[in-house]
Amino acid sequence: MDTFSKRKYIIAGIMLGVAAIFILRLFTIQITNKTYKQFATRNVLRKIITFPARGFIYDRHKEMMVYNKAAYDLWVVPREVKPFDTTAFCSIIQMERQDLRDALNKAKQYSRFKPSIIVGQISPESNAPLQEKLYKYPGFFTQSRTLREYPSKSAAQVLGYVGEVNQQMIEKDSYYRSGDYIGVTGLEKAYEKELRGIKGVTKSMVDVHNRIKGKYNEGLEDTTAILGQNLLTGLDAEVQAYAELLMTNKRGAIVAIEPATGEILLMVSAPSYDPNLLVGRQRSTNYGILVNDSVNKPMWNRAVIGTFPPGSTFKLVNALIALQEHAISPFDRFSCSGQSSSPIKCTHSHVSPLAMREGIRESCNSYFWNLYRNVINHYSTSAEGYQVWRNHVLSFGFSEKIGTELSSEVKGNIPQVSYYDKYFGQKKWNAMTIRSLSIGQGEIEVTPLQLANMAATIANRGYYITPHLVKAIQDTNRVYRELEYEKKVTGINPEHFEIVIDGMQAVIDETRLSQSVHMDSIIVCGKTGTVQNPHGADHSAFVAFAPKNNPKIAIAVFIQNAGFGATYAAPIAGLIMEKYLNDSIPPRKKDLERRMIETDLMNVIQVKK
Amino acid sequence: MPNRNNVWANIDWITVSIYLAMMFIGWINIYAAVYNEEHKSIFDFSQQYGKQLIWIFAAIFIAVLMINTDSKFFVTFAFPIYVIILVLLMLVPFIGTVINGAKSWIQIGNFLLQPSEFMKMATSLAIARYISSYNFKMHSYKSLLTLLAIILIPVGLIFLQNDTGSAIVFGVFLLVLYREGLNGIVLFFAFLIALVFILTMVVDSYITIWILSLTGFLVHFLIRRKSKKTLVAMGIFGSVYLIFWLINYLLQGTIDPLYFILTAAVISSGIFYIYSLVLRKRNLAVLIGIYLGSVLFSVSVDYVFHNIMEQHQRDRINELLGIQSDLHGAGYHVNQSKIAIGSGGFIGKGFLQGTQTKFDFVPEQSTDFIFCTVGEEWGFLGTTLVIGLFMGLLMRLIFMAERNRSKFSRVYGYCVATILFFHFAINIGMTIGLAPVIGIPLPFFSYGGSSLWSFTLLLFVFVRLDANRFEQLSY
Repeated sequence: MDTFSKRKYIIAGIMLGVAAIFILRLFTIQITNKTYKQFATRNVLRKIITFPARGFIYDRHKEMMVYNKAAYDLWVVPREVKPFDTTAFCSIIQMERQDLRDALNKAKQYSRFKPSIIVGQISPESNAPLQEKLYKYPGFFTQSRTLREYPSKSAAQVLGYVGEVNQQMIEKDSYYRSGDYIGVTGLEKAYEKELRGIKGVTKSMVDVHNRIKGKYNEGLEDTTAILGQNLLTGLDAEVQAYAELLMTNKRGAIVAIEPATGEILLMVSAPSYDPNLLVGRQRSTNYGILVNDSVNKPMWNRAVIGTFPPGSTFKLVNALIALQEHAISPFDRFSCSGQSSSPIKCTHSHVSPLAMREGIRESCNSYFWNLYRNVINHYSTSAEGYQVWRNHVLSFGFSEKIGTELSSEVKGNIPQVSYYDKYFGQKKWNAMTIRSLSIGQGEIEVTPLQLANMAATIANRGYYITPHLVKAIQDTNRVYRELEYEKKVTGINPEHFEIVIDGMQAVIDETRLSQSVHMDSIIVCGKTGTVQNPHGADHSAFVAFAPKNNPKIAIAVFIQNAGFGATYAAPIAGLIMEKYLNDSIPPRKKDLERRMIETDLMNVIQVKK
Repeated sequence: MPNRNNVWANIDWITVSIYLAMMFIGWINIYAAVYNEEHKSIFDFSQQYGKQLIWIFAAIFIAVLMINTDSKFFVTFAFPIYVIILVLLMLVPFIGTVINGAKSWIQIGNFLLQPSEFMKMATSLAIARYISSYNFKMHSYKSLLTLLAIILIPVGLIFLQNDTGSAIVFGVFLLVLYREGLNGIVLFFAFLIALVFILTMVVDSYITIWILSLTGFLVHFLIRRKSKKTLVAMGIFGSVYLIFWLINYLLQGTIDPLYFILTAAVISSGIFYIYSLVLRKRNLAVLIGIYLGSVLFSVSVDYVFHNIMEQHQRDRINELLGIQSDLHGAGYHVNQSKIAIGSGGFIGKGFLQGTQTKFDFVPEQSTDFIFCTVGEEWGFLGTTLVIGLFMGLLMRLIFMAERNRSKFSRVYGYCVATILFFHFAINIGMTIGLAPVIGIPLPFFSYGGSSLWSFTLLLFVFVRLDANRFEQLSY
């Protein structure tokens, strides 16, 4: 009777089909696709971050080198902003109207509901008037932050600076969020994890109008902020500042180490900058100026990244190796014809022939190439002899990263056998081909840090403790946790050091350095170096330690374009040691001190080859 | 009174159970959707959930009333009911109250009634009455025109009241007519029109015309098997068209492309007409007709979309078709709705634990978007259960309609099933981004007395008719 009865199946089919499509769709959005869950959480979650104060950095006398001061970030929730008098507002926050407009647009683009930062690092002085009037500007609020403060204004490159994290850092470490601060260089970078502490998070649920509706997950996921840990360094802030003062208007680096512990007492790289410049609202302007200063390169830490041939200071290592290898005895004499010596002329006038103590005192080039030849020729082939020599040199910490906390450290260079094989051809070179190495010139390259470490190793008579800046970390319970550092022993037996150290004492006591470096009550041992500079005036180098027995300080000073080591590097080292050991400069050296401070070596003409 | 007892014994308890279950689940979810810390009691009558409970009891009262009504009443008064509600609908513009931009409510005391809701039932009765009349023949002009009038008069009135959503619902009667013998081609064309409409929105009119005329030519070729002439036609229309498309492209759209399309249509039709005169084959005019039809249709859809529709309607269509995705504008609601449902996962976040709905990220969360709460708090299990309940009800209704010997009951049953289906499809579809955002409620779930009562009325008139399925109703 009803011919269209079968159409019920089509109608039912359409209905079931739609239902099937719905279920399929629901299956994908509810089960397979997880992003909706994240969106929902992101919708309702408002994380309120409490930033812990960053850890302090103390010097060896627990004097504050870095601490925090309060600062405020101004945030905005675009949706809550009502039209306001921008001119008045800009005058309060000291901002250009156009900048404010740009910042607001950027915030709006990011989210109309979520807070964005408008101005960072407002000082407490500017914050006070802002807080008073903030009620007039709905949508804006401030969040307190801490900023770094450097009371002694020194050690900029060592302490490093903190800056806002960039996108790369955020991707690498999920701890960081946009706007967070991170140590970018120096100790701030090396001890970032200890210094930063742990952020606290309070998770609240908000509705579509960003009104807080209660704790998320009953507050179970909330965490309290944990303070950053303090660093106790081996630096002497006072002497560091004094050394920087002496380096005024000079290019170069100074590193001093306490030989017994390996603690770095001071590390200067000149020209430097006031670390306070990289804090606060002027940070980006100042940063640009510092980074773009290609003449002075104030951000460079020359103490660890500057490399140069060590010059005559390196003769000490050669002497020690010769003794250890029994290539000569301390009493073997070599003759010197002064200016007419060949193949290397000796620029010093002195007695001849001469043995090791005098050889070191006079820094006799002839003595040292003879000594060097004996070392290399002690073995059947030059390559073998060189390899033995090189291994000894490396045991002083050369040609490797010394291993301080500073990640920017470079290795320097002591060429490998293969280098000379390639350059001259296998078996086509001998001790005399590479004789420059005997006087610390040629292919050899070291950093001021390595040179200071060499001085410390000699002071210790044969070993060194890995030089380091931080000796202990003060945890949140205010307990100091001492850090352990590795002891490294050279291949030189302790007995060989005495004659070399006697020579170093003679350098101070029996030359013109007796005026500038010699101390009244303390025996100082040192060695000058004048580094030939093909690009201009020679560089001035000096290594020393004092006292002779039970040394307290080992130092290396390197000053660019300053001529003989004895002229500037040695007196400056002497003053620093005096300051460190005796805490004051004796009256007879006051004039020298003034002269050193006032000397300007910045504008010595640099001739390009 | 044996007869009355008979009615209670004969009513379909499965349908009644599903109906009660839906209302209950709906009520629970309304409570969760607008849950308010200060009014924790689900029986707090100042809140939507408290009020909904009153509406539910009132609905049950209406249901009982319907079952106690003599089924002959509906048959006899089908047309009068239709006319009365139609009059009410006409009165709305004069005595109505504006809510949500639509003037479609009549306020009586504290109650708001939406005549358009009741119009669905009234129209269903009228259709059933007319189709079951003795001299009804589906494909006579008179019958079709009368049916069209029965359906289109209320549609027009509702459209005028700016309640597009409710008006579109009436389109679903096409399924009922199809069941009663309307040519399947009509259904097919309705589907095609919808498809072309979407196509015009997504791609530009040039491509639409191409696709349309190609399909037309292909159909012509399949029926007439005249490959050479079809090819020639395609060649002529295609090349002229291509030339104009190139000119338009080179002019970088400085002149309205509409002119090019129309000029191209006239020129190519002229050439082809001359070709057919030369061959002396009059019937080739069909090909011209197909082509011009495609052009006209495409152009007019374009015109309707850009000149007649209002911005919010365009936005919703654009959003649905993925042409524009503005997550802060028109797409915001759908996106938040999808987030709500999607975040529910397999078992949901738990009763009252939904954050999307509770914190107002989802709009209209107790009415049009009630399904979001189900999805968020009860997960995939909850959503499939609700879909399952609807399918159970709809299949049951079709089964019931088919088991009735009375044509009136059957047609009315189909009307009920298809109306519920349409609401189900559009409402849930929009919450999961498969249908445009048309504000129509989810039957028995959404908050609101007017819609709950009208659906109850709609359903229980059929339950009452079905209880009499063993009698052949006479009129």
